[in-house]
Amino acid sequence: MIRNYDKLIFELSKEGRVGYSLPKNEFDGYCMCSGIPAGLKRETTPELPEVTEFDVVRHYTNLSNKNFGVDTGFYPLGSCTMKYNPRINEEMASHPLFTSLHPAMPSEAVQGALEVYYNLAESLAEISGLSAFTLNPYAGAHGELTGLMIMRQYHIQRGDLKRTKVIVPDSAHGTNPASAAVCGLEIVEVKSTANGTVDVEDLKPLLDDTIAGIMMTNPNTLGIFETEIPEISRLVHECGGLLYYDGANLNAVLGKCRPGDMGFDIMHINLHKTFSTPHGGGGPGDGPVGVRAGLEAYLPNPQVKKDSEGRFYLHTDDNSAGSVSNFLGNFGVIIRAYTYILTLGRENVKMVGPLAVLNANYVKESLKSEYYLPIEGVCKHEFVFDGLADKSTGVTTLDIAKRLLDYGYHAPTIYFPLLFHQSIMIEPTETESKETLDEFIAVMKKVAKEAIENPDVVKSAPHTTPVRRLDETTAARFPKTTYKQMKG
Amino acid sequence: MKYFPHTQDDIEQMLSVAGLKSMDELYGEIPEQLLFKREFALPEAMSEVEIRSFFDTLGKKNSQLVCFAGAGVEDHYSPSIINPIISRGEFLTAYTPYQPEISQGTLQYIFEYQSMICELTGMDVTNASMYDGCTATAEAMMMCVAAAKKRNKVLLSATVNPRVRAVVETYAKYNGVVVETVVEKDGVTDLADLQAKLAGDDVAGVILAQPNFYGIIEDYSGVADMCHSKKALMVMNANPSALAVLKTPAEWGADVACGDGQTLGIPMSYGGPYVGYLACTNALVRKLPGRIVGSTTDVDGKRAFVLTLQAREQHIRREKANSNICSNQSLMALYVTIYMSLMGNKGLKEVNKLSYAGAHYLAEQLVATGKCTMAFDKPFLNEFAVKTTVCPKQIQAALLQKGILGGVRIADDMLLLCVTEQRTKAQIDMLVETIKNI
Amino acid sequence: MSKIVEGLFYAESHEYVKIEGEFGYVGITDYAQHELGNVVYVDMPDVDDEVEAGEDFGAVESVKAASDLISPVSGTVVEVNEALNDSPELVNADPYANWIIKVQLSDASEAQKLMDAAAYKAFIGE
Repeated sequence: MIRNYDKLIFELSKEGRVGYSLPKNEFDGYCMCSGIPAGLKRETTPELPEVTEFDVVRHYTNLSNKNFGVDTGFYPLGSCTMKYNPRINEEMASHPLFTSLHPAMPSEAVQGALEVYYNLAESLAEISGLSAFTLNPYAGAHGELTGLMIMRQYHIQRGDLKRTKVIVPDSAHGTNPASAAVCGLEIVEVKSTANGTVDVEDLKPLLDDTIAGIMMTNPNTLGIFETEIPEISRLVHECGGLLYYDGANLNAVLGKCRPGDMGFDIMHINLHKTFSTPHGGGGPGDGPVGVRAGLEAYLPNPQVKKDSEGRFYLHTDDNSAGSVSNFLGNFGVIIRAYTYILTLGRENVKMVGPLAVLNANYVKESLKSEYYLPIEGVCKHEFVFDGLADKSTGVTTLDIAKRLLDYGYHAPTIYFPLLFHQSIMIEPTETESKETLDEFIAVMKKVAKEAIENPDVVKSAPHTTPVRRLDETTAARFPKTTYKQMKG
Repeated sequence: MKYFPHTQDDIEQMLSVAGLKSMDELYGEIPEQLLFKREFALPEAMSEVEIRSFFDTLGKKNSQLVCFAGAGVEDHYSPSIINPIISRGEFLTAYTPYQPEISQGTLQYIFEYQSMICELTGMDVTNASMYDGCTATAEAMMMCVAAAKKRNKVLLSATVNPRVRAVVETYAKYNGVVVETVVEKDGVTDLADLQAKLAGDDVAGVILAQPNFYGIIEDYSGVADMCHSKKALMVMNANPSALAVLKTPAEWGADVACGDGQTLGIPMSYGGPYVGYLACTNALVRKLPGRIVGSTTDVDGKRAFVLTLQAREQHIRREKANSNICSNQSLMALYVTIYMSLMGNKGLKEVNKLSYAGAHYLAEQLVATGKCTMAFDKPFLNEFAVKTTVCPKQIQAALLQKGILGGVRIADDMLLLCVTEQRTKAQIDMLVETIKNI
Repeated sequence: MSKIVEGLFYAESHEYVKIEGEFGYVGITDYAQHELGNVVYVDMPDVDDEVEAGEDFGAVESVKAASDLISPVSGTVVEVNEALNDSPELVNADPYANWIIKVQLSDASEAQKLMDAAAYKAFIGE
């Protein structure tokens, strides 16, 4: 059976086979043997596979059959916005008139590429209500770090050197504090209220002249909109700090409200979430960072600008926070996101958020008798259950997640946010139909019923996947991370 | 709209289940002044036909040049089968393998990627990949500081690619790491200066490049001992393709190896996506950021792969994390894994042989024009710097007229030229001819 | 129910110290190992490192969590439990027999600020 395929590419190797063809050597008399001193050459031979092209095609096709993607089925992974990834985006990104460009090409020879970059940056600024965007950061976490660098650079340029703390809600994703730490900022945690939003009373005493800013996402990780954001914005700005918007949840409000209008100064966007570029098994994504007017100079170098005659050029700004990437980010991902925006157009961009929110509320309301909903009310693009409503079964969130795999679904995000012990975070996205959601709802109910009637089948799930539950303890105690280590 | 499945009837039914009367009620709690009411200043929706023609028009505003530029990004051959494989929806549209039972495809290719990177670099362990070579080097710097505990100074050779240095320095600035530059002498790292700067016993790590920015293969004999005797780690930013023939970071005694995988057949794509690699010795595995895949078994004893050593990661360590990297550059790791599988050791060697031959032929021909001299008398592989008697700007402009990207200008009188296996003798001769006629 | 040993001193961060003359043996409690789950790695300081009461000196990693080790006492590390390098699971098997570091105490009176067995028992609510 296909799904039982279990070879490593190394195990297909046979001495003498080749998988490449290269041009003939047109240059006689130039040999590394004499041209490079022996002491600079490698002593050992790298043990790479020796396989044919067809071996490689079959091997990776077989591996792909052991994978689950958005194309395979419903992928309600909370906080990850696993929406449909259109193929026209891929086609445009592999356009040879773009893939052939070297980053050192002079601006006059890459006007088309610069225009794509510039236009996407402008579109994102319009959609988010900010002034300017860089597309250079490679991922959400990278955008976050870049945004915090901009925040620090703003204070440094003002000569305000004592602002070295950043406020992070206790419900925040772990990446927020990690980014702050890497950026040399001390983390101050602000508590959440019972309904999961930032506690303004708890925030007030934290605000002083050592605060560089606050990191928030809105809606927050529970899918709850922070309605007190105007007040939070006033308070933080009054103390001299800046507001950072983690764009992880931007899909919730896309077309309905804009971070810039909420009072945020800096934000990042995950193109691979909100703007439909594929997650690729964990990258490449792209993490554009936007800033309000007055902070543009601090964006990372190089910056793409347009002159009065409509020509695009690269600009290096002395006040910039610095360089954070090799060049202009994941350009291929930039093309994809721009294609998506053009395909949607102004009339459809504004429907993304509402339909995503509709889907989330529909699933939430349909399941809240079987699963415990700790925070009632209208959610945004995602919501969190705290395990089963029936707490007597002994069936955990992990078990439910694994059982869903048997039924052909990817599991939701589990054990996050940390505010609850048995978090199940569900984000359906706007590209799923009512029928898909109805089937998922039916399966979730069935699993809840199984948990009561036949808990063992849930606790020992999955049963039908290519492999079953894994021994993670041995993997971590005695790490074998290469073929060589595995062979021993 | 083809991406939205909702019929009007669906919307009404769903609203009713959610206990709502209108779509507006979905945002009922949001303060009125925050709601966005006007139309977006964006173009109207385009059909696929219009999208294709739109990007064709833009694409034609880019020149298609014969590439002799390198400086970290090289125009190598990309085998035809890679794109179709990485475009398979099961790979393309999956996310981080949080559910290993249905992610064995991703997990296994990462395991294969890790195995191959360790073969090329000679290092014990590597992570599942990084964004690019610049950020991988910055992360290597952070590893040095984390491992040294009480030291926060890192030495960075002036012969490391300036783009890599710029990113390392940005990360250092905000993290509070002090970066000192080790000066260059005759195109290579000045080892006397390195020794002097290590003397303070306060250096956490030393970052070097192979081949260096000028394309020179540096001789790092004795450098590992020099670093280790001062308890500093040795980091080597190395071109992975070149490691098929060059002495590996491990053979030089490096503790950390890093670099950009673009040279492993990834299209230049105006700067990305590429893939960074970051590898180290077993002793440093707990300081290695990012995802790592390990082999294990499932409850039935079947071989399987899983994300491991996760407790090191940012989402667990939060403010104690040494890195904030979450995901990797997974699909590009698959790209280079397929490339390395196809090429094997022999193919990679062949790529280097062809590039070496072409580059040395070009160097010889350029010197023969009388308009260029070799900037350094040092061994190189496929990239080299020449001093020019004519202004390099003028040379590049003349070459551009002929559809040639004439290298990278690295000083007022210096050009850096790179040759890959894709450059033909005719193309090289045309470049030489053009320069000769200036 | 977690095992608590009489005669040891306990910190709120779930480390214990067993005092023997001028030395203290520091490890994590049974309650702590249970909460962590299968321990896969113990990050230990070097011999001769200084530790300070209330400051972290290493970390314990399980499959899904990493927990800093906070020293309940101050002094100089004179020995680390090398056995944990190869067999971190010993911390799960018997955390009291498998201490993590041995410290030459700089201030023996510090232990008095910690909880005794009864107080720790109440602290963890058992």
